[in-house]
Amino acid sequence: MATVDKSKVPWWVSNLIVPLINLILALFVSGLFIFIAGENPFEAVRLIIYGSFGYIEGFAYTLYYTTNFIFTGLAFAVAFHCRLFNIGGEGQAYIGGLGVFLVAINFSFLPVPIVWLLAVMGAVVFGAAWAFIPAYLQATRGSHVVITTIMFNFIAASLMVFLLVDIIRDTTQMGPHTIALPEEQWFPSFEDFAALFGIKIRYSPLNISFLLAIAASVFVWFLVWKTRWGYEMRAVGHNTQAAIYAGISPYKNIIIAMCISGGLAGLLGVNEILGVHHKIVAGFPAGYGFTGIAVALMGRNHPIGIFPAAFLFGILYQGGSEVTFDMPNITRYMFVAVQGVIILFSGALENLFRPQIENFFVNRLNLKAKA
Amino acid sequence: MVHQHFMLVENFTVLENIILGFEGELVFGKNLEKAKKDLKNLCDTYKLNIDLNSTISDLSVGFRQRVEILKSLYRGAEILILDEPTGVLTPQEVDELFKILRSLNEEGKTIVLITHKLIEIMDLTSEVSVMRQGEMVGHTKTKDTNKEQLAEMMVGRSVLLRLEKSQVKTGDVVFKVEDLTVKDDLDVIRVKNVNLNIRAGEILGLAGVTGNGQTELLEALSGIRKVESGEIYLDGKKVSDSQNFLDPRELKEKGLAHVPEDRQRMGLVTDFKAYENLIFGYHDQKPFSKSSILNHRDIIAHSKKIMEEYDVRPQSPNLITSNFSGGNQQKIILSRELNENPKVLLVGQPTRGVDIGAIEFIHQRLIDMRDRGAAILLVSVELDEVLSLSDRIVVMFDGKIVGEKENNNVTDRELGLLMAGVV
Repeated sequence: MATVDKSKVPWWVSNLIVPLINLILALFVSGLFIFIAGENPFEAVRLIIYGSFGYIEGFAYTLYYTTNFIFTGLAFAVAFHCRLFNIGGEGQAYIGGLGVFLVAINFSFLPVPIVWLLAVMGAVVFGAAWAFIPAYLQATRGSHVVITTIMFNFIAASLMVFLLVDIIRDTTQMGPHTIALPEEQWFPSFEDFAALFGIKIRYSPLNISFLLAIAASVFVWFLVWKTRWGYEMRAVGHNTQAAIYAGISPYKNIIIAMCISGGLAGLLGVNEILGVHHKIVAGFPAGYGFTGIAVALMGRNHPIGIFPAAFLFGILYQGGSEVTFDMPNITRYMFVAVQGVIILFSGALENLFRPQIENFFVNRLNLKAKA
Repeated sequence: MVHQHFMLVENFTVLENIILGFEGELVFGKNLEKAKKDLKNLCDTYKLNIDLNSTISDLSVGFRQRVEILKSLYRGAEILILDEPTGVLTPQEVDELFKILRSLNEEGKTIVLITHKLIEIMDLTSEVSVMRQGEMVGHTKTKDTNKEQLAEMMVGRSVLLRLEKSQVKTGDVVFKVEDLTVKDDLDVIRVKNVNLNIRAGEILGLAGVTGNGQTELLEALSGIRKVESGEIYLDGKKVSDSQNFLDPRELKEKGLAHVPEDRQRMGLVTDFKAYENLIFGYHDQKPFSKSSILNHRDIIAHSKKIMEEYDVRPQSPNLITSNFSGGNQQKIILSRELNENPKVLLVGQPTRGVDIGAIEFIHQRLIDMRDRGAAILLVSVELDEVLSLSDRIVVMFDGKIVGEKENNNVTDRELGLLMAGVV
């Protein structure tokens, strides 16, 4: 089989058709799982679609999950442009949440919008600080960020448990969580928003953090492709030797990329704490940091790709819980497996059919050009 | 087949390398002894003069090439294909190699020599085919042709082998290196007490066989590598010593441009689009970026202009750089570095792996720069290139400058002896 001339492959083939085919294959394999588990896969698909789109609260849940995946997906993507594999999104989000809470509770005397602004900054600073240590070690000592960030996830989890049990626990309650923030500081939720238009809906965790996620996507796009910093980060990522030659410091850029990455992961804390729990609950990042890696890989590390990828995972999360509710043979873990299959096909096996598909389209276009 | 880049296991002995894949037995014994005897015979017949028990990493490049030849012969080769065999050899080693090849030829072996050096063709071959852009464009008996004719076939039009250049009009010394010592990544001293003076309006050629410290010297001069001891002066002001040194960006601002030896490893980010590479290293300057935001419209306009000026093909700034040919990639770097009208230009291997048409273009550009008053340091392993471009030539061997010649009536033999460290 001849190799494909990459420059001749239309962008929509490599960026739309290939991921779509990988996704269809992943769903097909997942369907087999469900079939083996003794349920009807088509019925499962119907339930997923109903659960995530069928009623307004379900759709709100889908968007709430999407919000989290956008933050963690963007976080991974920014670091990846500097060829840093930041798998510490989970820990950075956790510590980011601590930042949100500490800022909000300590500055509660200020007007609410200012508190929000400060809390968002708190999330970014705390998340970035947690990413800074592995970044510093990578830049100066060559300690690989994959190892250090993974370890920092554990350290973050232990640190938070310690704080939640011994230092900042709500002493009137038994559970490992803090006291709630004053109610006026809570982010306006989708319910409140719908009520403005006289529509009454039941509870859903969706809140204005969703808009923050969209703003963050625009920010990342601008940063990576339109600024000198993004340019330098990508140069370091693609060819460190050349970066040094051009007077671009790898040391500086590794640290900047990781801190921005950590800051974006920290924003997950804004959604969870200002928007949903209104306090720090033990283990609130709940794996979003890891799923963000898959989201970023599937979205090809571009904000425009990350959004649909995050939305897809949102559908799976929300629709999946609907399925587990209605189908007794399908457990929650089944959907972890489905996610795994999607990650496998769109991440690890991403290039499995790419050459064939690209070849097919290049040949067709050539034929058309000749005719 | 003898590849341009040798296919040898460096930590194996000569013998182990040659029998690799043909061991023939699980525990070495009878076969190994027989192989040894056969190899000794081959060595004697063709005067290869190789110690079978020495480790490859201890051998010079010339000997490694002989090991490759011996390997092919041992496997019963009747046709020997050599890909750019002289690229890494000193002139003396080339002579030795040609002696060996002639004796092989006399024994009835067929030799296919792939080279871009026309002298070798004229010297060694009986028949010659010329390949251009994947097509065989000519085939003839060597004695019926000459270098000029072959060159014409290679490019499709006649090229000047010797460049026309005006008399040198030198100015003040703008770049001075005093007693410079540089270590490589493994802490080995690679540049030893080097002194250089380059005047405005001259090209100083630095000749030498690959790996004699040129790479480290260039890196130190351009601010990429730390100076161990000694001083570097630009325009009369000290820019680097072992304590304080300017980084590449600061040196650029002071008017020093650098075309690195290895364009893909250092000169370009091959995954970037062409326009991104055309501003590489200058991306933080106006008009390319204003308050850290890249100004795409100006960058693209600049790229189009510069690509036309330097005849970079295809002229599409949005194409990914790895899709350009080697010659055009080199033109991208050259246009970027020359466009700023530097006072000092460091050039490493400007035409390595570049087609003849582009070589001519690049040489002409370098001469133009000289005439405009730039001080140019040309580091090249191609003697022809150094001879045809330079006003003055220094030769580097084992980290030291072993000779300096004005470039009039200096012969390549003279330089070759210096390069090999014979005198």
